[in-house]
Amino acid sequence: MDLSVTDFLALDAVTVQFGALRAVDEVSLRVRKGERRAIIGPNGAGKTTLFNAITGVVRATTGKVLFEGADVTRTAIHERARRGMSRTFQITNLFPNLTVAENMRLALRGLSPRKFSLLGSPALNSEEAGRADRALEVSRLGARRDSRVKEMSYGEQRQLEMAMALAAQPRLLLLDEPAAGLSPSERVIVSDIIRALPRDLTLVLIEHDMDLVLSLVDYVTVLNNGKLLVEAPPAEIRLNKDVQDVYLGKARHHA
Amino acid sequence: MSTDAMPRLALAAVLLGALAFALVPLILPTYQVSILTEVLIYAVLAMSVDVLAGYTGRTPLCLGAVFGVSTYVTVYYSSTFGGSPYVGMALGVLAATVIAALFALLAIRTSGVYFLLLTLALGMIVWGICLRWTSITGGENGIRGNVRPAELAAHLPFYYVVFVAVAVVTFVMWRFVHSPFGLTLRGIRDSESRMRALGYNVSLHMFIAFTVAGLFSGIAGALYAMFNDFVSPSTVALTQSVEGLLMAITGGIGTLFGSFIGALAIIGLENAVSLYTERWQTVLGVAFIVIMIFAPEGILGGIKTLLARKRG
Repeated sequence: MDLSVTDFLALDAVTVQFGALRAVDEVSLRVRKGERRAIIGPNGAGKTTLFNAITGVVRATTGKVLFEGADVTRTAIHERARRGMSRTFQITNLFPNLTVAENMRLALRGLSPRKFSLLGSPALNSEEAGRADRALEVSRLGARRDSRVKEMSYGEQRQLEMAMALAAQPRLLLLDEPAAGLSPSERVIVSDIIRALPRDLTLVLIEHDMDLVLSLVDYVTVLNNGKLLVEAPPAEIRLNKDVQDVYLGKARHHA
Repeated sequence: MSTDAMPRLALAAVLLGALAFALVPLILPTYQVSILTEVLIYAVLAMSVDVLAGYTGRTPLCLGAVFGVSTYVTVYYSSTFGGSPYVGMALGVLAATVIAALFALLAIRTSGVYFLLLTLALGMIVWGICLRWTSITGGENGIRGNVRPAELAAHLPFYYVVFVAVAVVTFVMWRFVHSPFGLTLRGIRDSESRMRALGYNVSLHMFIAFTVAGLFSGIAGALYAMFNDFVSPSTVALTQSVEGLLMAITGGIGTLFGSFIGALAIIGLENAVSLYTERWQTVLGVAFIVIMIFAPEGILGGIKTLLARKRG
């Protein structure tokens, strides 16, 4: 497959093998800059594993991951983060014993040399404080700065996941089931937050909630059994027979 | 309660504690003054254990050995080599830091029980070397030192020198755990995978934390060389690391200042109980079990929880 440098994120025949299991099977994918892409598929389709291969949590067994034209297939997680990738986690992955403000501080400083200040003051400088405030406002957590994360509701924790991913001012934001386990009213909040994200931010989103996904993205990739099944705009996905068979039908029965 | 700025109540408690350590020796008999000196020195060891165990979420069992390396180097330099005790102490701290950095390279990729066992093994290696390398270390006989200068021979002046040194070290360690870097350690304790996703090189942060903990253990070890003027393999033995950990836990893990309470409780108990029975270690063991059951967050940790509950 010819990979042009203009693709923002490109996967070239990526396979991830766990022992005998092919979690991701020769998936190729191209995401343009500023695009909003959803990856959907039934449980066990390989969505999260594909995410992990993009962000570096697992390495592709074969195939290539290219980010802004550079091969990052073997690049460490924190290096990919430095290049502008930021992600949230399907299972809430925060710092539960720290406050919201401290969580934000860690999110902000991941890419700043100040994280190595061994004896400096812990306070944010004004530029950092501004970014933290903006990310918290966008995620509607402005009033919860001093709350300890483990004392917050699950919905608020999901919102903090988003705020932390945004604080690093990424160029590529990967959201792993941002609305999983949320009540209908909390889902509305999350989809509003996503809709309000800046348009130049490239977004890749895994989600189970079809209605939520299809209203948010420009393009949909469907995975099934680790393989790429269909790629199409949301309107076509609803009508696609294969997708209805493997995903929608089953999902309806489960729900 | 914000963890950044020290709340007024905590600040008052710290100042009160410091005042007690400053004034109480004036009314104590010399023997007790020397015990209190030991408490201050071991509190530094316990605080460096706390940097890893409490703030980074990795429980080390080798910092006693790192402490002892510093003691060995200081004693060896000043007696066998005949050098200045202050240069000896500086070399001791340097040696401890280098050893800790080497240990760190091996230990930082592990966590949980593997970290515990690996650091235990590393500490045992140091102990084995000190025991067997008799031409340098004197084996089981140890080395008698020439560290303590004549003007500090009396207990009280020496106590105040240690007091000032420990006060400075404590302030530096407090700044360290509350610095931007210190916050990254608490982040690693809570979620390593999130730290990586945010762009942190977790291994590098662990390496720095481990080395800094070694540096502080080394400072304690060098002070101990001047306090004891003698070193033998028991100074680098596993019990040393375990005692440091017990003090940190008894005082309250992740509280830093709890180490002073822990050191006071354990060294005080040791000395009080050994007046009546040779089985003081049994009594210590029972005391430790009681603390683990009724106040697993330690003395200072327990007080903090109670205060937080009261405030609602």
